[in-house]
Order: sequence, then structure tokens, then C-alpha cells
Amino acid sequence: MQKIGRYGEFGGQYVPETLMNAVHELEAAYEKYSKDPEFNEELQRLYHEYANRPSMLYFAKRMTEDLGGAKIYLKREDLNHTGAHKINNVLGQILLARRMGKKRIIAETGAGQHGVATATAAALFDMKCEIFMGVKDIERQALNVFRMKLLGATVTGVESGTGTLKDAVNEAMRDWCSHVDDTYYLIGSTMGPHPYPMMVRDFQKVIGQEIRRQLQEREGKLPDCVVACVGGGSNSMGAFYDFIPEKSVRLVGAEAAGKGVDTAFHAATVAKGTPGIFHGMKSLFLQNDEGQIMPVYSISAGLDYPGIGPEHAELARTGRAQYVAVTDEEAVQAFEYLSKMEGIIPAIESSHAVSAAMKIAPMMKKDQILVVNLSGRGDKDVASIAKYRGVQLNEQN
Amino acid sequence: MNRIERKFEELKKGGKKALIPFVTAGDPDLATTEMLVPAMFAAGADLVEIGVPFSDPVAEGPVIQKASNRALSSGTTLVKIFEMVGRLRQKTDEPILLMLYLNSIFRFGKERFFRLCTKNGVDGVIVPDMPYEERDEIQAEAEKSGVIPISMVAPTSHERIAMIASSAKGFLYCVSSTGVTGMRSSFNTDFKDFFRAIKQHTEIPCAVGFGISGPEQAKRMAAYCDGVIVGSAIVNLVERDGSGAVPAISEFVRDLKQAVGEIGTLPSAELG
Repeated sequence: MQKIGRYGEFGGQYVPETLMNAVHELEAAYEKYSKDPEFNEELQRLYHEYANRPSMLYFAKRMTEDLGGAKIYLKREDLNHTGAHKINNVLGQILLARRMGKKRIIAETGAGQHGVATATAAALFDMKCEIFMGVKDIERQALNVFRMKLLGATVTGVESGTGTLKDAVNEAMRDWCSHVDDTYYLIGSTMGPHPYPMMVRDFQKVIGQEIRRQLQEREGKLPDCVVACVGGGSNSMGAFYDFIPEKSVRLVGAEAAGKGVDTAFHAATVAKGTPGIFHGMKSLFLQNDEGQIMPVYSISAGLDYPGIGPEHAELARTGRAQYVAVTDEEAVQAFEYLSKMEGIIPAIESSHAVSAAMKIAPMMKKDQILVVNLSGRGDKDVASIAKYRGVQLNEQN
Repeated sequence: MNRIERKFEELKKGGKKALIPFVTAGDPDLATTEMLVPAMFAAGADLVEIGVPFSDPVAEGPVIQKASNRALSSGTTLVKIFEMVGRLRQKTDEPILLMLYLNSIFRFGKERFFRLCTKNGVDGVIVPDMPYEERDEIQAEAEKSGVIPISMVAPTSHERIAMIASSAKGFLYCVSSTGVTGMRSSFNTDFKDFFRAIKQHTEIPCAVGFGISGPEQAKRMAAYCDGVIVGSAIVNLVERDGSGAVPAISEFVRDLKQAVGEIGTLPSAELG
């Protein structure tokens, strides 16, 4: 029998004893409130009135014609409040934290999108909020750092390790260990110890459910393919989950190949990772033979993570989902392509999914449907893309 | 009988407490560690805990994080640590434990790991990110090898103490306070209550660790239990003195041992 919190052999609860009662308490609270009509009503109301759900499903006509294959729809998570899918999960967890009587919210962030979403929800509910962020990410996502501060959060730079997302998770876990009584750790992706991977997926699965309903109304059928980018894996899990039982729907995750999967500079966990135990879960990780976690690289701070959520690891093992690796250059080209083709500037994370779709769609038939989960908007990335292209921006005065 | 069990039995007979110092293997290099371990035994250490460096030690504070980085930079690997323990074993029959993260065992291969533990004379392992519920990850292989996985309880364990303590072997690692490793100036744990709850459920020796900065604290903590684990305070000296840390650490361990030796156990009336 499948153990709770396990996806095949992956998942589990590998945390220090100090946190065990906290994760059990969280499990019990989630079990209780996820079935509570009042909780769900409040969440639905926030989704609708605050976060702008349901997000639009947009038919990308020019892109479809240009690529000459499947009909391409974009799931517009970029139009959510705070500009990405992250808010879906944050609103769910913050309602839970309030009901658990927690006073202080902590979170890790890579690109800053989860940090911004968390700071937003903490402001909304007048809770203390501290965001841990690698110093390297602080540098490349300065706009989001200021945004979090504007929302009243404290942003704590993490210098240890590689100064990126994994180090931010390490530091958030250490802080949680130290303030376990009053603090709620609001994990931003389908990772960490059970119940986080399940809970975050549940709060994100609204994406796939809406895709199904919206496509049913428009086309009267299921999509043939759903494409989403994968770092820890929350937007992709959210987009995929409702379609897992529908065997006709091909599920494709786009991971970050950085400068190429055969270089030392990538974050392609499925392509190059091996089973390991880290950050509270058994899953796939980029690591050496001694189990040391390897430095990872991607132009996208949000995909710059050496692991992947345990449910993705299992979807990859069984082959139910396929994972393709997209390089920095391909992602930047997709970023520029969608901007010019549809007037939509996608997040550099989501651009990885757009790039994968650009390769898959032409190989599909014209009566087939491909949905790209456009997980976030690209305003935050404009400066770094300009830099990548060698354009000097000077916003002083 | 495993060396850990034998040691605690000896100490108990003599009415003594255990002093368990910790060093990170390979900090700043393995040659230093290989000098430090026998020096600590000579200075009065009863058991020694050797930390296996990990890229992302989530349960450690800054001091041991930095030690871990120094050790990895000097090219420390598990195989080299095993070889070092094997050499130490020819000089000492005192108990040696490895502290390491579960991924180090998992990725190395559980059977291979425990085979090398037995071969080189490692007596126990402390795995801070493997809670009771996940003990099956290594239990079968550990049991077969005779190496003892040390169980841990924390001040947040509450009703879990019964379950964990009753199945513990060797000794029970009692985490002094919430948070990560590193020296603390004070503790907000009610040790009387904490150890009363623990002693209700087990006869096995209890050693307290996390945050103990020097002889004074070691003395105070030893009153409640059967042993004291000191990590960051020693690693600090390695950071300061590098490969020349033997004299300072020997002296520090002697002071700790003396402090721990000065007290008897609190009368049960005071604990109860």
C-alpha cells in the first residue's frame, strides 16, 4: 500500500526531530481545513476577488499560425495578482496559518515571485513576514526585493552556499527550527517534507481544473498536450494534476538547461539528477557521488534549484510526464518571440515552457490543442534580459 | 557489546558522566582531525563524534556550516574519513560515532556504508535529518552491521518521547533547545521537566547536546543527564587555530571533562 506522503518511493518526511510535531500539526490542520466549507469559501472568495481567478485561457492565434501545428492556448497565470501562479498557494497556506494561530510567516524565494506573493498575503492579513533570499538572487531580482519591502516584509539575504534558492530554503528551515512555536513556514513549491508537496499541489491544481473547464467551453474537448516549466514544480503540478488520469493528454515539463545539460551550468534535475534525500524529501537531485548537492545554474532564478518535487520525480519515473531541457538562449528567444508575437512578455521561467511548446506544436496536427501554462509575467526580467542581450539600461533620473 | 554501550556501562559503574566532543572531519584537513581525535581521548573525552561534511547542513548553525565548507574545500570524502577512522582504530578502543546527513549514507549506498563502518570501527551514527518515522531507511543495514543509529529527542517532542526513547539504543541524544547547532548564552528549555519525561520511558543513558559553550554550562547540564555533547565551541577553536588546534582543544576538553566530573546526578527528589 502507498504510504501517505509518498509518490512511489519519493516523498516522505525527512526533517530534524525538532520539527516533527510541527509537520504533524500542519498535516492535521490541513486535513481538517481542506474539508471545511468555511475555509474553502474564504479561499474561493480570495481567489476571485483578490487574486483575479479564474485566470483567462487565451487562444494564441498568431503563434498558432506562425508555428503551423497544434492550436496553442496560453493559461494566463501571469494575469493573477502579483503576476504569477504563486499567489494560489500562498492564499491557501496563509488561511491555514491563521487558523493554526501562527503569528509569523517565513518563506524562501528564488526569483522573488513567491516572496512577493507571501509578503502580499502577509500584508493582507497583517502578519509578520520574513523572506529568505540568496544574495545572488537579491542582486539579479532587485525589483522584487524592493517590492517585498514595500509590502512590509523583511528580506534576509542568505550568503551561505551558492547564495541561491536552495540556500534560502536551508536558512528558512533553520529559522523554522528555531521559532517552531509561533512561526509558519510557507513553502512556495511542491517540495519539502509531507504535507507540503501535496498541499501546494492541491492549492495549485485549480490551474488544471480551470484549463479543463475553459477548454471544454471553447473547444468541447480535452487538450492533447499541456506544457509547463519546472523548478520545484508547483505551476506544472498545478497544470498537470487534473489531467494525470486522462491518458490522452501528454504532459511536458520544461526544466532549465542553462548553458547546456552537458556543461556544469544547468538545473536539469530530471535529465541529470539521481535519487537522494534533501530538504525533507526523497526525490531527484543534482548531486555528486558522495551526495553533495551540486551548484546549479539557470538564467531564471525561479528554476535555479538542484531538486524537483517528489510527485514530479515519480511522474518522470513512470513516464506519465516527459521532461525536456531548455537552454538560457532558447528561453530568451521564446521570451522575445512571445513578446513580439502576442504582445505578452512572459516570465523567464515561463519562457522555458514557451520554448518547449514552440518545438512541440509544429509536430502536432492542426486539430490538436496544446496548452502552455504561462506561470508568470516578465516585467521582473526585462532588465536581466537586456543585460543578456548586451543592452545598457539606465533608469537613473 | 558495542563500544558505546560498554563505555556508558563503565561510566555508570564509576558514577561518572560522559563527555562527547565533536569535530568536523577534514577541518581544515584530515591530518588535523587524525591528530585531534586521539588528543581529545587523551584529554578525557569518553566518546568522540566525527562530523561528515555536507554541502547543505540544514541542522547546523554558522560555526559548523563553515567547518563543513572548509572540510569540503580540503577534499574530504567519506572514503577518506573511513580510512582515517580505520587508522585511529589501531590506536584507540574508545567509541567513535559519525554524525552525517541521510543523503550521505543513501547516496554512498547503505550496505556499503555500514560495511565500511564495521570494517573501520565506527560504533554509531547520528543522522539529524532522519526522524523516528523514517528510521527504516537504514535500520536493517545498521542492525546487521552492529552499528547503532542514535535516536534523538527534542524539547518539542512531547508525546513522541515515549515512542522514541523506548526504542533507543546506545544512548539517547537529547537536543537542548529548539533551533540549530551553535553556542547559546542561555536556554529556555525546562530541563527538569524535559529529562523527567525522558527518564520515565527509558533506562538508557541520555546525553544532551546543542548550544553548550563551555565548562560552566556543561556542568549545569550534566546534572540532569548522563553525558554532554560539545560541538560548535570546539569547532570554533579549529577555526581559530587551524592545524595547530591540538593544544587549545586538549586544554578545553580537559576543562570540560573536569566540569562534567565535578557533579553527581541530581537527587531523584529534585528531578521528580
